[in-house]
This record gives sequence, structure tokens and C-alpha cells, in this order.
Amino acid sequence: MSDLSAFRAEVRTWLQENFPPSLQNKPPSNQAGRGAKFEGDMETWRLRLGEKGWSTPTWPVEYGGGGLSDKQAKVLREEMRAAGAFNPIGGFGTAMFGPTLLDVATEEQKKRYLPPIIRGDVHWCQGYSEPGAGSDLASLQSFAEDRGDYFVINGSKIWTSGAKEADWMYGIFRTDKSKKYEGISFICLDMKSEGVEVKPIMLISGQSPFNEVFFTDVVVPKENLIGEKNKGWAIGKHLLLHERQGIAGSGAMGATAYGLVEAARDYIGMNGDRLADGALRERIARQKMMAHAFSQTARRFTSEAAVHGPSPAIGILKVAWAKMNQDREELMIEIMGSRGLAWKGEEFNDEELGHVRSWLRSKANSIEGGSNEVNLNLVAKRVLGLKGY
Amino acid sequence: MSVLTEEQTILKDQVSNWVRDEASVTRFRQMRDSNPDFGFESGTWNSICDLGLAGLLIPEAYGGSGMDFKTLGVVLEQLGRGLTASPLVASGVVGASAVLLGGSEDQKRQWLPRIASGEVVATLAVDEKARHGPEYTALAASREESGFLLKGGKCFVPEGMAANLLIVAARTGGQPGDHGGITLFLVDGEATGVERTRLSLVDHRGHADIEFSDVVVSDGNILGTVDQGFELLDKVLDRGRAALSAEMLGIGAEAFDRTLEYLKTREQFGQMIGSFQALGHRAATHFMDMEFARSSVEGALEGIDLGSEDLAKLCSLAKCQVGDFLYNMSNDMIQMHGGIGMTDEFDAGFFLKRARVAEATYGNRAFHLDRYIATEGI
Ligand SMILES: Cc1cc2nc3c(=O)[nH]c(=O)nc-3n(C[C@H](O)[C@H](O)[C@H](O)COP(=O)(O)OP(=O)(O)OC[C@H]3O[C@@H](n4cnc5c(N)ncnc54)[C@H](O)[C@@H]3O)c2cc1C
Repeated sequence: MSDLSAFRAEVRTWLQENFPPSLQNKPPSNQAGRGAKFEGDMETWRLRLGEKGWSTPTWPVEYGGGGLSDKQAKVLREEMRAAGAFNPIGGFGTAMFGPTLLDVATEEQKKRYLPPIIRGDVHWCQGYSEPGAGSDLASLQSFAEDRGDYFVINGSKIWTSGAKEADWMYGIFRTDKSKKYEGISFICLDMKSEGVEVKPIMLISGQSPFNEVFFTDVVVPKENLIGEKNKGWAIGKHLLLHERQGIAGSGAMGATAYGLVEAARDYIGMNGDRLADGALRERIARQKMMAHAFSQTARRFTSEAAVHGPSPAIGILKVAWAKMNQDREELMIEIMGSRGLAWKGEEFNDEELGHVRSWLRSKANSIEGGSNEVNLNLVAKRVLGLKGY
Repeated sequence: MSVLTEEQTILKDQVSNWVRDEASVTRFRQMRDSNPDFGFESGTWNSICDLGLAGLLIPEAYGGSGMDFKTLGVVLEQLGRGLTASPLVASGVVGASAVLLGGSEDQKRQWLPRIASGEVVATLAVDEKARHGPEYTALAASREESGFLLKGGKCFVPEGMAANLLIVAARTGGQPGDHGGITLFLVDGEATGVERTRLSLVDHRGHADIEFSDVVVSDGNILGTVDQGFELLDKVLDRGRAALSAEMLGIGAEAFDRTLEYLKTREQFGQMIGSFQALGHRAATHFMDMEFARSSVEGALEGIDLGSEDLAKLCSLAKCQVGDFLYNMSNDMIQMHGGIGMTDEFDAGFFLKRARVAEATYGNRAFHLDRYIATEGI
């Protein structure tokens, strides 16, 4: 305990000395490692936090991480919040790829890939899905031909988030056409390599955060292979576990900003001490309860996993999270009435224009990272022990 | 399930073995068939008391074992699994909490040891309509020289047939609907002017309407402060709501387990019916709802143990979450069993019936949803 309080004091002092007060409670709309480029105080803060390793507090110090225990990391989060500070570094690298490297990569690969992820210098994208390989991911066809000390990749990936801005891609590629699962390898490649072409795809929200990526005779050195050749499927799936765990640790997307209750007061108004619209009041209540129960469950799963190890039941959190977000977004635009359906123009404020987009974006929540149906299949099979899934 | 202490694990195993051997759903069926007046078998209740469960929450100084609500929840979940009929929640939780939270030292000494031993069965008599609404208490308590005179009726009192200590919410001031002006009284079940009528509900438990015709209550039997009983009442009810939620979780968990087993054994079209996605996905969804309900139930129980400021919210959340899960699970238990699920010979109906009575007790989902969102100021 006294160790922890000493650590708390250390964190507090460090934040006082290093976190620029001008940034208090002003997190950037995008993080370094996800494509954001900073300047001024924000860039100073990124460099300082990255140097200290506290952007990835629990990663080992030998690769540039913070080397903190879970308890210390919690103290750090608490103190950051209290100081109005935030982590400006994130993305696929810190959330999924880095933790996977720590579990499976060689010493040399960890030393090569981890430090730039920790500092937010490199933006990674994830090349898994292909036009013919979505839920049935292992049917992927993009082929990495073994030419001795390098691979030559041909084929394409689709729905690749952030590929346009990304510096590097990790992904799964076919290295043996005769076997489905045992013919896949986990490979990293530089997006600036000759033969890589990125074509943005427009979403229903009018934004274009994801892409098609085409590979034509792309040469990739052998040292970019993670794990053994033809053993990449297990690594690829392992990485998705980190994705689900990340979701379990998060809450409702954007639930901290403009809340439903606040919006309801602004757009609907009160009738005495109750919201004027009884039906919407009930749905807001249901949504809030769902979010409350979600955070209770995420907390419980985390503490149980610490004792009993991770459980496949985590898959239900992904399904619940998708529903929670989607319900919340639907409710928000409904509360705003016709103003919640604004596409563009000065007649509408930023909340209105923003929420219509996050509402549209939220439709992907039950598709990305394993669709609801696929997650329910997994739970039916691995948790409930049902056959045929 | 969250991480249990060694003590909790031992108790859980002990109770679950006892439920399996002595208080299974088969036992409940026998009780239903013999239809005892109290709505439970005295043998079952005696065993529960012998196991020390009636005094679980009561401090050792008053003859109990002084355990926390988290531990109580572990026990109630197991009893829920057996649909075990007993006055444990009404007396060992709600009754005991009322005396513990509101009682004077004398009152505690007088009642707690006897609640712990099971000699006294206590219950809270609060509702006066078919819908839960503590602030609508109208039963009149008028000031007499040395005490109060109670006049009015309470309905759907849980374990109202067996209770020999009635904790009665009465109006000493204000109007029905006001929080102010409510007072709690300890009333001897045998007192002159107390008359009960058994209500046969679908769950075959011991519910009663109770009439109070000029029942005399001495000043020594006022529980808490005159006119300021609502806060105490609400605290006591929240303990009942959390406890009942734990029992409901057990009922739902057992319904889930039995249904899942059926999905793995019943064959149609040459395969286990559980291999059909329409059923498998629903089972996975029930599993998800069960996990969420468990988190909220544990959240409420822990909230009581830690003295959370958000207790009302946590308890309403628990009753709603477990209410949703149990509602859907008890319906789907029948649907997924097909025709056999509709028969009296099969147990599914017992789960459905008890589920709905528990749902209505101490506030249904509509009540708690309203209470939850009211805390947000809308
Ligand atoms: C916003 C967004 C971002 C994404 N980012 C990335 C990324 O960065 N990198 C990447 O590699 N991929 C990414 N994806 C792709 C995502 O992983 C796939 O969309 C997803 O795996 C589903 O594949 P699919 O689109 O081919 O749909 P399909 O697999 O064709 O599914 C179509 C429908 O069939 C259902 N279905 C499929 N199989 C079954 C089954 N066995 N039982 C029942 N129903 C079934 C699905 O649930 C779905 O409803 C992203 C997707 C979105 C929407």
C-alpha cells in the first residue's frame, strides 16, 4: 500500500512537470498511432509520455514500455484523469498488435516493432478481411509466395481501416494453398513497398475511414514473418482476443461527451420533474441500465480473468457492446427529432452533424471484429458446448 | 460467478448439496400437492434454520452468524435453483434488516435471536394494492394515550400466513403518496384484531391479505422514528429487492441449465435441436442476459455491504436486469421444450409461475425502471 502511495506521489509530480496545462481536458480527436499528426504542446506531450513508456503502462521496460503492475497502471489512470490528462497515443499497434507481439514474437522483432508503437511513431493497419473471406476468414486467398529469403505477395484485402494513412500493415496471408487453417502465415509489411495500392471506400456516413488494398508482386523480407510459416492462423485469432478484451475494457463509445439525459432535457424538455416524452424516458432508462450493467460485467470479467484466466464468454461482451452502442446512437438522434437527421449546413450544430454520423457508423459495430451472429456461434460452441457451430 | 472466498465456497457447496438432497424441485412439487397453510413445509424451514441460514445476516451478539449480503446472495441463488419454498427472504432478510436498521437495543434483543433461530417468522406488510407502492401507504395509525391504534388492510403480504411478527408500514401523517408521515410498527401476529386470509397465487407460496381492526400497538413497538419511516422502509425494501434478485438469478440459472441440457439431448430431424441456430443463438443470448443479471445482482449485494450511496439505483438495476433475464428465460424454457413444457408433470411451469410472482414482489420492472431513471433527474 505504501509503495502504491509513493508511486501515486511520483506520478502526480511527473504529471505536474510534464503535462502541458494548456491541454487540460482537451484530448485530441484522433490519436498518434491512428494517423494523427500533432504539433505544439500536443506533440511535446506525446513525446514525453511516449519516452516515459506510460502510453503502454504495463509493457516491459526493455522495449520502452512503462513496466508498471496492474495496480500501478490503475493509479496512473486515476491520476491522469484527476489532472485532466489523457493518452494521445493509441491505435491497432497499442491495442492489439503490440500485445500479440509480446506473446509470440522473437526478441529481435519485439525490439524492432514495439518502441515505435509505444511512442506513437508508427501507424499500423490490419489486413485480415478479403472480398471472399469475411466471417469465414480462413478462406482468405491473398498469396505470399516463399522465394527463399523473401515473400512475394499478390492479392487484395478489403475493409482495411486506416490503410490510407497507415505506415505498416500486419495481416494474414496464404502460404500454402493445399491446407485451409495450416496454410496461413502472419506477416508484416511496409505500406510504402512497391506494388501496394490503396483505394478508399466511402461509408454510409459519408466518411471514408477504410479501404481496399491491392498487392502486386510486393516483396516482403522473411524477417517480417511473425511466428512460424503456416502457423499464422493461431496468432491471427489470438490477436482478435486482444481486440475483444479491449472492447471489454471500454465503455460506450463517446458516452462521456454529450449525454442522453442532457440531450433529452435540451430537445424534449420536462413536464414537472419528468421528461415530457414518457416513451423516450423509458427507453433512455433502459439504455442507461444496459450501459451500467455492461460496465459492471466488464469489471467482473476482468477481475475473474485475473484469477481464473480468460474465458471465451468474453464474446458476449462484444455482442452486448454492439447493441448498447447502436441503441444509444438510435436514441440520440431520435431525441434530437428531425435535427438528429441533419446531413450538412450551418443550420445545424456540431452535435447534430456529429451524431448523425456516429449513428450511421455504429451500424458497423455488429459487423466489425466478428459479427453478432458469428460471436453467438462461438458462444454456443465454446461456452455452451452445443454441436454444429 | 465472481471470485468467492473460501468460506463462501464451502457454504455454497453445503447449501447446494442440501438443495439437491432435501429441497429440490421435486420437494417443491410435494409441497404444492400437500398444500400446507403456510405455503412451505415446516421440515424444510427447520432444516434451513439448522443450517444457520435464518440468522446469516444477524450479528453474533444477537444469535446469528453476522455474514454479509454477498454471502447471503450465494445461498439464495442455490435455494432459487431448487425453487425452495421458505420464509427466508421475508424473515431472515427483510424482517431481520428492519429490526437491525431501525430497532432500538431492546427491540434487537427481543426479536433478532428469535428470527435467527427461526422461532419467529417476520415479514414486512407494506402494499395495500395489487401493485407495489410503498409511498401509497394509507393504513391509519392514530395516536392513543400509550401507543397507536392501527386500522386498515395490507395485501399480498409475502409469508403472511406464517408470520408471527408483522412489520407494518402505517400512516401517521400526510397523505397517501407522501414520503413523510409513514411510520413502521412491530405487530405481534397473534394480536387482537389481526385477521388473515390466504391468497392462493400461481406459485403456491404463503401470501396473505391481512386486516387490522383497531389493533393496539404500544410505544415500545414503534420501529424507528414516527412520521419518518419512509427512508427506513426504502432501505429495508432494497435489502429485500437485492436478496430476491439473487433468488431470481438462481431460478433463472436453473431454468437455463435445464433448457441447455434439453438442447443437447432432444433430437429432431436427425440432430440435436441445439444445433439449430435459431435455438443456439437464443441460448447464447440468454447466457449473455444471465451474465449481465449476475453482475447487477452482485453489484447490489456488494453495494449494501459497502454502504454505497447509489444503493437505490443499484438495487433497482439488479431487479430489472434479473427481471428481464428471468422473464425471457422462463418463457423460452417452455418454448424450447415443446409440448412437454406445457404439462403439469414437467417442472417448467413451476419456474414460470414463481418467476412472475417474484417479479411482482417488492416492485416489478416498470416500478424499478421508473425509480432508476428518476435518479437522473428526468
Ligand atoms: C467499419 C468496419 C471496419 C473494419 N475494419 C477492418 C480492418 O481494419 N481490417 C480487417 O481486416 N477487416 C475489417 N473489417 C471487416 C470485418 O471484419 C468484416 O466485415 C467482418 O468480418 C464480416 O465479414 P463480411 O463483411 O465479409 O460479411 P459476411 O461474412 O459475408 O457476413 C454477411 C452476413 O452473414 C452472417 N453470417 C456469416 N457467417 C455466418 C454463420 N456461420 N452463421 C450465421 N450468420 C453468418 C454475418 O453475421 C453477416 O450478417 C471492418 C468492417 C467494418 C464494417
